[in-house]
Amino acid sequence: MIPMHHVKRRSVLRGVMGGAAVSVGLPYLDCFLNTNGTALAATGTQLPTRFGTWFWGLGLNPGRWEPKDEGKMTEMGIELQPLNAYKDRMNVFSGLKAFLDGKPLQVHTSGANAILTGSVPRGQASLPSIDTIVADAIGTQTRFRSLEAASAGNATHSQSRRSGAVVNPAEVSPAALYTRIFGAEFQDPNASTFTPDPAVMARRSALSAVIEDRKSFEKTLGAADKARLDEYFTSLRSLEQQLDLQLKKPAPLEACTKPADAAETPVGTEIEMVKANHKIFAGLLAHALACGQTRVINMAFTDSTSSLRKAGGHQTHHEYSHEEPVDAVLGYQPTMAWFFGEVMTSFAYFLDQLDGIKEGDRTLLDRTLIMTGTDHGYAKLHGIENIPVFTVGGANGRVKTGLHFRAVGDTVSRIGLTVQQAMGVPVSTWGTESNQTSKPFADMLA
Amino acid sequence: MTSIVIRRRLYAAAFAFMASGALATSAAAADAYPAQGEQAETGVRRLSQEQYRNIIADVFGPTIKVGGRFEPDIRRDGLLAVGASAVSVTASGLEQYDQIARSVASQVVSEQHRDALIPCKPAKANAPDDKCAKQFLSEAGRLLYRRPLTQTELAARVKVANDSAKTLKNFYAGLGNSLSTMLVSPLFLFRHDVAEADPAHPGKFRLDGYSKASQLSFFLWDSAPDPVLLAAAEKGELHTADGLNQQVDRMLASPRLKSGVRAFFTDMLSYDLFPTLAKDAMLFPKYSSRVAADAQEQTLRTLADHLVTRKGDYRDIFTTGKTFLTPQLASIYGVPLPTTDGGWQPYEFKEGDPRAGLISQISFAALHSHPGRSSPTLRGKAIRTSLLCQKVPDPPGNVNFTAVQDTSNPNLKTARERLNAHATEAMCTGCHKLVDPIGLAMETFDSAGSFRTTENGAQIDTTGSLDGKDFTDAAGLARALHDSSAATSCVVDRVYAYAMGRSPARGEKELLDQFKKDFAANGYRFPDLMRRIATSDAASRVGQPQMGARSSPKSSQLASQTSATENSQ
Repeated sequence: MIPMHHVKRRSVLRGVMGGAAVSVGLPYLDCFLNTNGTALAATGTQLPTRFGTWFWGLGLNPGRWEPKDEGKMTEMGIELQPLNAYKDRMNVFSGLKAFLDGKPLQVHTSGANAILTGSVPRGQASLPSIDTIVADAIGTQTRFRSLEAASAGNATHSQSRRSGAVVNPAEVSPAALYTRIFGAEFQDPNASTFTPDPAVMARRSALSAVIEDRKSFEKTLGAADKARLDEYFTSLRSLEQQLDLQLKKPAPLEACTKPADAAETPVGTEIEMVKANHKIFAGLLAHALACGQTRVINMAFTDSTSSLRKAGGHQTHHEYSHEEPVDAVLGYQPTMAWFFGEVMTSFAYFLDQLDGIKEGDRTLLDRTLIMTGTDHGYAKLHGIENIPVFTVGGANGRVKTGLHFRAVGDTVSRIGLTVQQAMGVPVSTWGTESNQTSKPFADMLA
Repeated sequence: MTSIVIRRRLYAAAFAFMASGALATSAAAADAYPAQGEQAETGVRRLSQEQYRNIIADVFGPTIKVGGRFEPDIRRDGLLAVGASAVSVTASGLEQYDQIARSVASQVVSEQHRDALIPCKPAKANAPDDKCAKQFLSEAGRLLYRRPLTQTELAARVKVANDSAKTLKNFYAGLGNSLSTMLVSPLFLFRHDVAEADPAHPGKFRLDGYSKASQLSFFLWDSAPDPVLLAAAEKGELHTADGLNQQVDRMLASPRLKSGVRAFFTDMLSYDLFPTLAKDAMLFPKYSSRVAADAQEQTLRTLADHLVTRKGDYRDIFTTGKTFLTPQLASIYGVPLPTTDGGWQPYEFKEGDPRAGLISQISFAALHSHPGRSSPTLRGKAIRTSLLCQKVPDPPGNVNFTAVQDTSNPNLKTARERLNAHATEAMCTGCHKLVDPIGLAMETFDSAGSFRTTENGAQIDTTGSLDGKDFTDAAGLARALHDSSAATSCVVDRVYAYAMGRSPARGEKELLDQFKKDFAANGYRFPDLMRRIATSDAASRVGQPQMGARSSPKSSQLASQTSATENSQ
């Protein structure tokens, strides 16, 4: 070990400030990190690992999705048939539940919170969702820390949050998402020429004035308000970073192609509308990953009280969940099964988009880990036992797939813990109260 | 800023304003009371989308377009205005604010607008001009930040303008850049209360003049203070009773009061839900986004006219037949308008018409319904929570709803029959008793707000009762609401929470009781209620009232009101 010279960062700064203004390059940890994967690609190492969530409401019909065997899956339940092509590249978890610890059940949210935040809150206070934790670990050097979309027309369907009151709003218009990612500010990594835009340079330096505004807020700010302001300034830092990236020539990314312009589409809860918008979102998000714009994507197919409906129908998916009788002969709710078929077919389409992009010797899906979220194990009764959750994708070889984990009565937060460990988040325990766990699904980790 | 800076601290726990103690039984009620010692800050509120738009229109004129998506607001304790004290700005939200800011700034400095909006001309258009930049930025900044910029703040903005002008070789582009950073600054996007020592009460603190000015103008006008109010703040006039009264009188007499009143009811009546409200196009072909917009406008116009122009009794909003209609709305209501020229026209539903007052209007009936059918439960719940400030607990887990509304069951034709079948389950009865007898009275209005007398061929029975008062139809329900002390008590609580950006604290019960007495004594005149609150000590107090460390679970009804909602049935 080489002994460190005792020159502190602060004394360097003091020395500089005492003399003339010079620019000093302090070690900046981030510069050792890969910004878009190509640094590693150039040296023969692999492309970056990505993460995503895919959320839908109302779970599935119990007994109709679980794979037959534990361990290696030979056959998944009938409601997962649309995902058959991905059977060997996904994992299915069954038997897991959310613990309330005496708190009242918040129907349609308690279960989703347990999956995505490892915790069932009282009221609206909430811990960060897993995607923001992963994004802080792998997504800090891209143009967008994460991208959120919701296909049923409501920005608040997003499940991505830094706290109960800081929810990352979802894009609901594919055209708006297109403009945000691939509009005028998109730097094509494969463009042959690059000229930094003076307007961007001017904007970038102008933002320093906003950072100074922090000083105008009181020193004695209370903890809650301070946290809110900190959140604002974290967002400001992201904005600066976006501009920084626009001023640098991006390294080429072989798999990146700019998708065709997305036109304005009607937005709403009618199921054909939702499916059509979801298709465009899926393509855009996959391209955003391939083009190094972000490493984390969050797709909300519906909200937890799924408002999907058939044109001309009196009831929504959610209303059916409670009111449709269990068919005496079939033993399940048939209309619900129809909706679930539509939902899982859309999820398969989402995966197709990732799998359709070749990155080196594998596909984008192989380098990504998608985790699903939902709210109930049996929506009809607001049950939070046996909640269906899956992961899809190989996370760049970090996870083993094709497995069914049955863990009856365990907390569903075990999945989130496993996923974080796979994504390189240094965490050994996750969750609160009975949803706290130190027990990842070790057999899934490669 | 030279003023002493102390946060306005108040315990988060709200106390109960329950009209009926019987409602205060849910275990969920205990959700939101704070842990020991936990405190809520009330001093930083994010501007609402409407406030943002209003300020831009006030400062730069209505021709400047504000386009783009705003970050969604969050409802707390029944109000977005309370949620504004909890939200921050996410990365994607700031991206959007930045886009909106750049668009506004580039319009302001454009050739089309610069002569009108920039009070000076640069020596050279392609180079920085310190003096002109300073003049514009200090004047615009004062209005945008609701206080004068400090020397440091102004110098930083002028530097941005100069540096950018140099880089871009364009004075106006530089100025636009600087203006744009003001519009994304937390000093603009957040209202930030500042306290100073209160000479009248040594050892205590009060809002400084500018914070008080903001408090008044956002409350009464839903926008930033105008130059007259800022001048009064600067001179310290808002700290004297005379000065304060004079400004409040002026603001209440202004046509802008209507914007403030409309903003309050837009919040209280949850109109933020309209943009995502779906109605099935095949079942309700007359309903469209245009109708939805008109329906909101009808109610807001009616309220502003009744409460502000006519200085009417608040209770009459539930029963008045006087309203305004467009030809499109008139066709849904099935009434003739004197002319069909497309504009808004006054219309009066006659005595005995089923359309009487707020809850019979399309805005209320349609907002609290499913896409494909009406919902007595949602409507009953909305009346309890929005208009009476009562808590309706979430449904319990493990409930079988199958019997509820199988619309194809030939024996259960109406919603009443289906709900009765469901509510025989013991665990459901409690809540449904709270909402159904109210909501069922409104069943003569379908999901899109059209009038009907039958459902599936069966006559609709609209009898019901509200807290012991029986009625036979929606008009009777409206009269019961008119006479309900919970309704007038609720609006006082809501207006106070709206003004303060937080739910009333436990120690403020007496104060609110006083407001309620005064409201009644003044004939329930809404502007008088606003005046009473705006000029109260509470509105400018800091660090008061002193309270215990913790409220009892029973006292946190309001705070837990916006927990997850189940909207079945």
